[in-house]
Amino acid sequence: MLFGLHWDTAHGDLAFAASILPMLLIGMWVTIEASILGFFVALIIGLILSVLKAAPSRLIRWPALAVAEFIRDTPLLVQLFFLYYVLPDYGIVLPAFLTGALALGIQYSAYTAEVYRAGLEAVPHGQHEAARALDLPARRTFTHVVLPQAVPRVVPAMGNYLVSIMKDVPVLSVVTVLEMLNVAKIIGDQTFNYMIPLTMVGGLYMILTIFASALVRFADRKLPKRGIALR
Amino acid sequence: MSEPMIRFDKVEKSFGTFNVLKDLDFEVARGEKVTIIGPSGSGKSTVLRILMTLEDITGGAVYVGGDPLWHEEKGGKLVPASEGHLRQMRTQLGMVFQSFNLFPHMTVLRNLTEAPRVVLGLSKAEAKDRAEELLELVGLTEHAHKFPNQLSGGQQQRVGIARALAMRPKVMLFDEPTSALDPELVGEVLNVIRGLSEEHDLTMLMVTHEMRFAREISDRVCFFDGGKICESGTPEEIFGNPKEERTKQFLHAVLEGD
Ligand SMILES: Nc1ncnc2c1ncn2[C@@H]1O[C@H](COP(=O)(O)OP(=O)(O)OP(=O)(O)O)[C@@H](O)[C@H]1O
Ligand SMILES: [Mg+2]
Repeated sequence: MLFGLHWDTAHGDLAFAASILPMLLIGMWVTIEASILGFFVALIIGLILSVLKAAPSRLIRWPALAVAEFIRDTPLLVQLFFLYYVLPDYGIVLPAFLTGALALGIQYSAYTAEVYRAGLEAVPHGQHEAARALDLPARRTFTHVVLPQAVPRVVPAMGNYLVSIMKDVPVLSVVTVLEMLNVAKIIGDQTFNYMIPLTMVGGLYMILTIFASALVRFADRKLPKRGIALR
Repeated sequence: MSEPMIRFDKVEKSFGTFNVLKDLDFEVARGEKVTIIGPSGSGKSTVLRILMTLEDITGGAVYVGGDPLWHEEKGGKLVPASEGHLRQMRTQLGMVFQSFNLFPHMTVLRNLTEAPRVVLGLSKAEAKDRAEELLELVGLTEHAHKFPNQLSGGQQQRVGIARALAMRPKVMLFDEPTSALDPELVGEVLNVIRGLSEEHDLTMLMVTHEMRFAREISDRVCFFDGGKICESGTPEEIFGNPKEERTKQFLHAVLEGD
């Protein structure tokens, strides 16, 4: 029994699969939530990192570069354990799910920061100069001149990271998050049938990533980018 | 004689060890229309970019309307200008770029209303009125809702001029405004600039290779060479009777086949 639901091991494979599908779907929902939350964390921390990494002051730039390098050079699992086991020592106790999503987001922020950088650099220098000549404040220039031209350029790359994050969610199972793979493993442990739940996880994952990729393509198509030369 | 609109006082500009402007003294009177000509790399753009605060100076001082541009007074001393001071000074200047630099994601109208609304605090309606007036001036009324990439180069540059004018600058800087244009589109942009040159209050400083046009609209022409003014005078003097050997050589080279 899991999530108050029962599996049916007495009426053949098909009945078994049907009986565990709702459990896997609950796990899949957790996977989706963790992916989306982790993705947003990656988008936000990545943006902050990319801005700090380009800061004029070395005192800001160097630590940011070091942090980004550290994040990129260490496995997700190490970062996850660090957040899960070390943060409580400092009085920060987060639920496993939040810790996991945070770890995913931090890990990917090192990559999204690079994507932002490339996107921001792709905006021609003349745009900054025109904004300055018109006396637009730096903040306004960033939000209304640079970002609108950078964002359409980064959406496809960011979308790919969303799919990667999704596929990394099973790592969170080691800190007890009941995402899809963990659910399948528990079912397997209890019913001694791993084959069916794991196959189903594979299938569900395929549906999930195909759907996410389609979503990214849709967002890319719908994004306002009139007039912006993308290549 | 009143204070000149623009004054360069022994201005130095180097990029690293490369000295672009050397001890440059240069003045433009209020309402004066001055054209800068000269060979590539002589520092023409640098002069305009310094005025537009896109490039700082490494020595000397620049004055706009009598006030130091790259310095401000603090406790009786001149110190390097803060961003606040630069912002205040910049409102007096407008610049037209060789490559237009329009905001590609904004309509023509938004290109013209963005800065007046944000910087000058104009209401939406006021900014729109002003923009429409300027679009009429540059002959692009029907194109207000198009995006820059839907316009020809000549039309884009006319939007560029209107966008700079929307801030009501006292000084307009033109850096080779027609150099990026196909020959058949040059005329429409020059016509707009010619119209502006009839405005008495507007000071204009233009870098161009359109010698005939420079001769027609300028009060004064400055020939730059190697980061200095080699020769300066009325168009008649410079084009008709240049004194310096370098000026003669340059004019001979560019006017060949003209
Ligand atoms: N940011 C920079 N860094 C290094 N050197 C620069 C920079 N900007 C300009 N220069 C150099 O300074 C010199 C003068 O440049 P400037 O653009 O003012 O010349 P110009 O007279 O406008 O020439 P052109 O007719 O080619 O536009 C050139 O040799 C140029 O290579
Ligand atoms: Mg130039």
